Amino acid sequence: MPLETIIAGVMIASLVLYALLGGADYGGGVWDLFAFGKRAREQRALIAEAISPVWEANHVWLILVIVILFTAFPPAFAVIATALHIPISLLLIGIVLRGTAFTFRTYDVQRDDVQRRWSLVFSIASIITPVLLGIVLGAIASGTIRFEDGIVTSGFFFSWLAPFPFAVGFFALALFAFLAAVYLTLETRNRELQEDFRLRAILSGVVVGILALTVFVLAEIGAPTVRAGIGRSSWALALHVLTAATATSAFYALWTRRYKLARVSAAAQVTLILLGWAFAQYPHLVEPDITIFSAAAPRITLQLLLAALIAGAILLFPSYYYLFRIFKSQPQKGTKAADYQT
Amino acid sequence: MTDLLAARSQMAMSLAFHIIFAAIGIAMPLLMIIAEWKWLRTKDEIYLTLAKRWAKGTAILFAVGAVSGTVLSFELGLLWPTFMGYAGAIIGMPFSLEGFAFFTEAIFLGIYLYGWKRVPPRAHLFAGAMVAISGALSGIFVVIANAWMNAPTGFKIVDGKPVDIDPIAAMLNPAAFSQALHMTLAAYAATGFVVAGIHAFMLLRDRQNRFHKAALAIALAVGGISSILQPLSGDLLAKRVAKTQPVKLAAFEGQFETQTGAPFRIGGIPDEEAGVTRYAIEIPYLLSILAHGAPKAVVIGLNEYPPDRRPPVAIVHMSFQIMVACGVLMMIIALWGALRFLRARHKQTPWLESKWFLRVLVAAAPLGFIAIETGWVVTEVGRQPWIIFGVMRTSEAVTPMPGLIVPFITFTLLYILLAIVTVWLLLRQVAASPQGAEADQKEARLAA
Repeated sequence: MPLETIIAGVMIASLVLYALLGGADYGGGVWDLFAFGKRAREQRALIAEAISPVWEANHVWLILVIVILFTAFPPAFAVIATALHIPISLLLIGIVLRGTAFTFRTYDVQRDDVQRRWSLVFSIASIITPVLLGIVLGAIASGTIRFEDGIVTSGFFFSWLAPFPFAVGFFALALFAFLAAVYLTLETRNRELQEDFRLRAILSGVVVGILALTVFVLAEIGAPTVRAGIGRSSWALALHVLTAATATSAFYALWTRRYKLARVSAAAQVTLILLGWAFAQYPHLVEPDITIFSAAAPRITLQLLLAALIAGAILLFPSYYYLFRIFKSQPQKGTKAADYQT
Repeated sequence: MTDLLAARSQMAMSLAFHIIFAAIGIAMPLLMIIAEWKWLRTKDEIYLTLAKRWAKGTAILFAVGAVSGTVLSFELGLLWPTFMGYAGAIIGMPFSLEGFAFFTEAIFLGIYLYGWKRVPPRAHLFAGAMVAISGALSGIFVVIANAWMNAPTGFKIVDGKPVDIDPIAAMLNPAAFSQALHMTLAAYAATGFVVAGIHAFMLLRDRQNRFHKAALAIALAVGGISSILQPLSGDLLAKRVAKTQPVKLAAFEGQFETQTGAPFRIGGIPDEEAGVTRYAIEIPYLLSILAHGAPKAVVIGLNEYPPDRRPPVAIVHMSFQIMVACGVLMMIIALWGALRFLRARHKQTPWLESKWFLRVLVAAAPLGFIAIETGWVVTEVGRQPWIIFGVMRTSEAVTPMPGLIVPFITFTLLYILLAIVTVWLLLRQVAASPQGAEADQKEARLAA
């Protein structure tokens, strides 16, 4: 397998992990906003507890994606950052507001009105940021970013201000909300709270299905080469069939309250969606002009980067496992976030 | 405002903002684990309370540092796409390593902040040590990338394109070691002095508070030792700059004429039109000694370079002067503190009783961060007009995106807002600090 493909694979793997872990943290923000009913307060507390210890680490996957992109495929990074300057800047504002509001809420006065204010910033930023992330990915896949001699000729709005990138944006949001709801069923032993999030998982799962279809239909015009790629490669087709199977399994598991199965199925579903996209777009990094081969850094850089990624993974995964074993092996008994703040 | 100036301003503002949180993120974990280690050794609960208090502040500051750092990693491309397209393959390595260091830091910070009741005490201390080490490493990797912009190595230029790329040689560039050492010490010194200043302020209001005495001692030890070592690393770095970027060194000191036995100027206003630095106190031969280690050594002046290859002299010179002055003051205060500590230990008397010593510490609290900010002005403005010294001009690297004043103002307002909220929340933490030993122990028991 070419070195470029391996590195691109690691980059996609990091993106998948960002979606599975960081994405669920965004989804937590969505359910914070839509917390209602007599257990609204408990729902919010459970979300805060689930996210607090892990969200900083989960967020680093995005930084890893960016670092791999600009080290291994520098011209692609330059073109993406130029053509998508506006949505990326907005994405950054979202990341800043979400991350800080979440922490400020934890350490500000534990009075309802103050906490509500921070929750509002946190949850609204949690909704806008995934949409922008989806818009950026959608624009990259759309084939509308054009350039000549390294100069972007397609303008600063054209490539992302279109139905397809926005559909991908809302699809990403729905996926993250779905993931979060599924995960949250396993974060508590409280039956009622479990039921709350089961219902949310089923509802958002339906929305995911509708938006998946919308994205697929819009891709006909919005991202023709990637859409064609799905039919072209038997791999991509197989992945899409598998995706449908995991989606069905997730619904079945939620319906029958088999939450561990639901978690595995939902995570597999999101993974397969991203892989399906990656296979359909391969070997293009930015449709239609930049491939991972045309944008690749010199061989020595790729070799050293791969060595660093392997060494980093050897250090990282045990630590990450340790973090999750400490905080995620047992569902929380209570729902008082204050217990965990000291 | 031109788009280039807007881009430079946005980058400068983002860096100036982030560096504060980054420096605190490097140094605070060290203070926390010293306090926790003393708690494990002495079982004095005051140290546990202290570690937890500091951890709260660190959590707030780390969150702001993490998001502002994320912004910077994107801004490299948003503002300087040509630079990243050119240099990504050469200096991506330290950024990748920084990614992993930051990952480790975030993972163990999660364990440290939320794991007090979930992991055994030694594992908890270990998590804190991992945060401290990986925090320092991520700072070092980023500074190495910056050092490469000052002393680019590890590639050849053929037809305007970099070839024969050697990322390891790029990482081992001549400025890397001295710059990384200087910045790491600066982080400990600045943070140590701020924390010491805050606790000195609290001690002035509540003279017998054991909590604040313990805090002050740890913070001043870390900040003071670093401040005493810092002039040595500064000297090392200045000698490097004299070799790799003589024009930058000349700007530091407003040295227009090439001179044998050049003087060190204290103060003074460089007049770039006339090519002289006026009103400075000159110490003969000292610049030659500091830059090249010999009183008669030749120091190259700005006049050797055409104007379009010189950095703006006045701002670099002023910033350099402020940085050095802050550093010298901090070193003197640190030595005074060390003297007080040693004398008190010898005579078995308390060393934090002097009102004047506490007052000086309060006044000195911001010095380290003033030095860090002006130091970065020296580094970055002193490198102009280049983004990669001698290879690529900043004006060639900027994005073609128009209207850059909009993101500049947006991010500035966003960061001002963040700064206000952060300071306000931290003041609440300080204001809520325990009063008197009895209250401490009660709280410590509750917290444990």
